[in-house]
Amino acid sequence: MDLTLFIIGVATVAAAIAAMSLRNLIHCVLALAVCFLGVAILFLRLGAEFVGFAQILVYIGAVAILIVFAILLTRSGGEEPKPFFNSQWWYGLAIAVAVFGCLSFAILGGKSIQPQSITGNSTTVKQIGTELMTTYVLPLEVMGILLTAAMLGAVVIAWQKGERK
Amino acid sequence: MLGSGLAKGLKETARNFFGSYVSKERLPTIEYPEEPAVIKENTRQFPILVFDDSDDPMKTLRCVSCQICEKECPPKCIYIVKSKDKKPDFVGKPQLYPAVFDIDLSVCMSCGICAEVCPFEAIFMDNNFEIANTDRFDALLVKKEQLARPNSYLQKISPTLAATIDERRADVVVKAEEKKKADEAKAKAAAEEKAAKAKTEGTPTTPASTPDAGS
Amino acid sequence: MSQLTLTTPILATADQILVNFKQSLVGLLPEILQTPAAVMLSIIPIMICFATLFALATWLERKGLGRIQNRIGPNRVGLPFTKTRLYGLGQPIADGIKMLIKEDIVPRNADKFLHFMAPVALLIPAFLAFAVIPYGEGIVPIDLDAGLLFFFAIGASTELVIFCAGWASRNKYALLGAMRAIAQMISYELPLIISTFSVIMAVGSLSLVSIVNAQSGNFWDWHVFTPWGLAGFILFFIASLAEANRSPFDIPEGESEIIAGHLIEYSGFKYALFFMAEYLGMFAMNGLSIALFLGGYHAPFAFLEGWLPGPVWFLAKLLVLIALFIWIRGTMPRLRMDQLMNFAWKFMLPMSLVVVVAAGLWKFLANPVFGWPVCGGLILGVHLLLSRSLFDARGWQKRTYRFAD
Repeated sequence: MDLTLFIIGVATVAAAIAAMSLRNLIHCVLALAVCFLGVAILFLRLGAEFVGFAQILVYIGAVAILIVFAILLTRSGGEEPKPFFNSQWWYGLAIAVAVFGCLSFAILGGKSIQPQSITGNSTTVKQIGTELMTTYVLPLEVMGILLTAAMLGAVVIAWQKGERK
Repeated sequence: MLGSGLAKGLKETARNFFGSYVSKERLPTIEYPEEPAVIKENTRQFPILVFDDSDDPMKTLRCVSCQICEKECPPKCIYIVKSKDKKPDFVGKPQLYPAVFDIDLSVCMSCGICAEVCPFEAIFMDNNFEIANTDRFDALLVKKEQLARPNSYLQKISPTLAATIDERRADVVVKAEEKKKADEAKAKAAAEEKAAKAKTEGTPTTPASTPDAGS
Repeated sequence: MSQLTLTTPILATADQILVNFKQSLVGLLPEILQTPAAVMLSIIPIMICFATLFALATWLERKGLGRIQNRIGPNRVGLPFTKTRLYGLGQPIADGIKMLIKEDIVPRNADKFLHFMAPVALLIPAFLAFAVIPYGEGIVPIDLDAGLLFFFAIGASTELVIFCAGWASRNKYALLGAMRAIAQMISYELPLIISTFSVIMAVGSLSLVSIVNAQSGNFWDWHVFTPWGLAGFILFFIASLAEANRSPFDIPEGESEIIAGHLIEYSGFKYALFFMAEYLGMFAMNGLSIALFLGGYHAPFAFLEGWLPGPVWFLAKLLVLIALFIWIRGTMPRLRMDQLMNFAWKFMLPMSLVVVVAAGLWKFLANPVFGWPVCGGLILGVHLLLSRSLFDARGWQKRTYRFAD
């Protein structure tokens, strides 16, 4: 296997584990951001430019900040370090093993695990755009409606909060 | 229209920027050690004592050690010791003079009250501000030899003030001279009259001394 | 917007001096070292150039602001160890040395790792952003197909690092400052990105190299001389002022109000790194606006095209934009936080959407004779409508004085 792919993979998984196990919640979020970055680099390594940069733009630039804001606005300050091992850790272990089993069954049973050479040119942004507008125009419009609804909801919440003052 | 105020502001700052290269009004900076600082006439810095005759500065100081400035000085930085003898001042009247006149450089706050209250026009405020020294003790006490300046210096630093004072002192001198002449004339007349009276009283044989207008 | 062909040898060499020089240098090396050497030779000159430009820009800013404010800027610090004043050009060196030798104070409760990493992590996107801007014909470190998207992705990751910087100080005021900084940067990301949609629509590609190539010719072929380009340039310019935390949007680092906001606990070299990252971000935004709207590295006239290398024209345009930044800083007072946010969401966002519509209209009305009045009228009309209605909505009345009349 490719050395760089291996390193990126290990780094991503390590960041994900850190995101679960660090004591300080903000450190967890930052480790999660590193994990997102690792996924983006994986995309770029595989030649998907648009998806890789969109991953950075959306996940690191918006989702991570959203999580950070959510943590800061809902915690009342004073982070007590949580114990590392919960008292009911074997429930969690069982569910994790089950999920791992399902995922490995799905991946190993599928056909994309064989190493294949990348055929054809990497998709350009123009091709993605054309596909979005012709073949996948319905999901695009549905996403647009969803985003509009979300934005309207945000405006309504902010409006009400302002009026309640 | 939104943005018109911005454009006006940008135009004004551009005028400032380009104008600072051409006109003095838009760059009033004076680069101090190289260019002299602009000093106005009534600047107050540190006091000076004025003398009239450069040949003998210490003997022609205008100060008569009345000690009014010492009493009026708010931080009490002036120290005066009167002399034991008197010397004539600019109109000839004998006056005391200061044997010791010290001002503490670290205490003086340049308020100018000593110059305001001096009745003899002896102490004025200098406009030289570069008087700092690096000593912490003795050099901070400025003695009367260091404080003394000729009248020409006062005329240089405060021309209008010095002109007024010189005019007044000249008038005083003239009046003093006239008074002296008048006194001399009166004394002479009194002496003559006394001699005449002595002469008329010296011959007692005139019998009928009619009260005539003539004595 | 025709592709300019370099036919005569003189035109070819003057423009390609740097490229040929680099290729000859790389050719001297053995085979195995050629790719790393080529990469290094692309990156290192850019880093050195922009770091030097950063020093020059601090000097320019202080002198420029000084003249605008009717005073001389710094003019005493000249060449080190000599008596020549040299108009104060040694001032950046003195400032750099001062920053380096200052004591590095880390608050006792601060998060040591994040406190250390935040300035470094902020410099990484700042330098990465220079990788996709074309500086000359064939002088671009990476020619990405989605170059513009890369640029905006890098800009977005700056925000998380600013949050790290503010949070690592364990100071509630630094945290507040960081929140405000992130709020400002996110709000202005939208007008920034949407105002470039018109350029993408006109050119049909996200690659910055093709965007610059589409503006070759004379200066009236540049995008800024179209109605949507002019409006888009102004919007992009204002948004990049806000993204770079420059006056009048410098509430996050407001020097007189919140004493450096999220940077309050950083001293010495870390502060210098933040400062450098801000200026580098400014240069990167300016470089992008030059590539998008001002014709990149092309000369104003077609006949001047080969006489000076492309980077020289790029530098000239960059200096003009930096001068504009400094001019605006010297003119405008700081916007308050709520004024800033209102401006972004209520004014700039609708305007940028209107600019996209105008760009579409321009493409349909292929003739500029119709294009200019229609598109220009649309943009101006919406501008007047929006500004008037927002102004009236504030409900300000004329000030009345009770006693003085």
